[in-house]
Amino acid sequence: MNGRVDTAQLAAWMCECSRLIDVHIDTLNDLDATGGDADHGSNLERGFTAATASGFSEKMTSPRELLKHVGSTIVDIVGGSSGAVYGTFFLRMALASGELKWVDGATFAQMLRAGGQGIIDRGGAQVGDKTLYDSLAPAIAALDNALVAGETLASALQMAAEAAEAGRDSTVALAARKGRASYLGDRTIGYADAGATSMALVLRAAATTLI
Amino acid sequence: MKKFLNDPAHAVTDYLVGLAAAHPTIVKFDAAHRIIVRAADPRTGKVGLIAGGGSGCEPLHTGFVGHGMLDAACPGEIFTSPVPKQIVAATRAADQGSGVLHVIKNFSGEVMNFGMATELLAFEGIAIDSVLIDDDVSIPDMPGTAGRRGLGATVLVEKIAGAAAERGDDLASVTCIARRVNARTRTFGVGLSSCTPPLRGKPIYDLPDDEIEIGIGISGEPGRERVAMRNVQEIARTMIAEVLADLRPTPGAALLVMVNGMGATPLSELYVLYGECDQALRSAGLNPVRSLVGNYVTSLDQAGAALTILELDDEMTVLWDAPVRTSSITWGALA
Repeated sequence: MNGRVDTAQLAAWMCECSRLIDVHIDTLNDLDATGGDADHGSNLERGFTAATASGFSEKMTSPRELLKHVGSTIVDIVGGSSGAVYGTFFLRMALASGELKWVDGATFAQMLRAGGQGIIDRGGAQVGDKTLYDSLAPAIAALDNALVAGETLASALQMAAEAAEAGRDSTVALAARKGRASYLGDRTIGYADAGATSMALVLRAAATTLI
Repeated sequence: MKKFLNDPAHAVTDYLVGLAAAHPTIVKFDAAHRIIVRAADPRTGKVGLIAGGGSGCEPLHTGFVGHGMLDAACPGEIFTSPVPKQIVAATRAADQGSGVLHVIKNFSGEVMNFGMATELLAFEGIAIDSVLIDDDVSIPDMPGTAGRRGLGATVLVEKIAGAAAERGDDLASVTCIARRVNARTRTFGVGLSSCTPPLRGKPIYDLPDDEIEIGIGISGEPGRERVAMRNVQEIARTMIAEVLADLRPTPGAALLVMVNGMGATPLSELYVLYGECDQALRSAGLNPVRSLVGNYVTSLDQAGAALTILELDDEMTVLWDAPVRTSSITWGALA
């Protein structure tokens, strides 16, 4: 199988998520202002910063341990639907990694799919509801397809990040059907979903670190 | 931004410290778990009631902890639901051996975090039931959506179910009356301004002087629609029409009418609005017999108000009138 992802790389992924969210914090907050209360960036930044505090990965010996730490820290710190949904996403990825010390591309793709299922279980989102799942679902499919087609993990993750960004852009034309933004109905049309935007950053971070 | 703040990141903790300092005989701040609990334990065997939600809506819920209402409240960050850890700690604190009712407003984050907490609590043998508050008529009640928000009905449920628990009702009965109150309550809110979350430092959106947001919630997000400003009579008429069309009360029904301020509207204006509502309801052949006017479910410094109407029955009325001692609602003599 192409490529392998170990605990150190996953730690680098989490640090890159934290950095990207920090860079885009105002964009995420402003997108959230169109349908929510303008704090999506600040809330995620608080969670990822706590999850990736200096030395956080030193004693982590498996993907499961590391992702469980990130997921439970986000659940404990972030609150709101972002905390529950992102926390569940990483906790389900952790579970799906089993006891492996490192995972291959196919396993990572399964983990991502398990994380996506966690989001569905927690919040009931489907594609088209204008949520973070609109970025994640096409990324999961793109990763699977690319690996099956024999792409390297690096290029498959690149395609997944691009699919996530296209998914993010697809939310501009949608009216929100889940979460706080759904209370505004058609008034959310014309703006990308804040959650879909942060999820696209998470997948972009994966493409630059898990190679 | 001009606000009474230290570090905006500590705005919630600082307010909880002050709340407990101001009302030491009513509440305690459990800083380790970041929850507000009653200063004195209720009698053994009382069904516990807890609620939680984003801060910024004060006095909801922390101001309603005390005799006759809640046993504990879990305040989240500003406009962000609490985390499962807080809900677990509040449930443990509220349990006197007869179970705990979770009062959950229908916001995605709140529902998900209470859901995660309930999964964790399943290991502990505490009987838990829940009531989902969804009284906001500004949102169509359709399958496949997040559903209606929980707004003013939350206060009425906490008061009436809290009184039921205080008189010794069991968990099933307390849950039942809580659901009955929610089922017979509707709310519609109107915003005259945006609000400024401390960490953001500026209003969430711009609202011109001659426009208002109708169909607002309690987290500073825009409403269902932006319309031209109109006079108070017309606003009252809109609110009443929205609420009554959905509530469909029995002709002549006894009503509890709540005119709730969003935080920055003077009490005098709320009474102007109440007067208009009261008159219009009586003209419609209805009978407002109880009222609550003031800032009870707010959105920081937003100007505006929400109308909440509950169609009362005799038991609800008795429980509404029962003695209560919280930092924000207090009446009747305690036994």
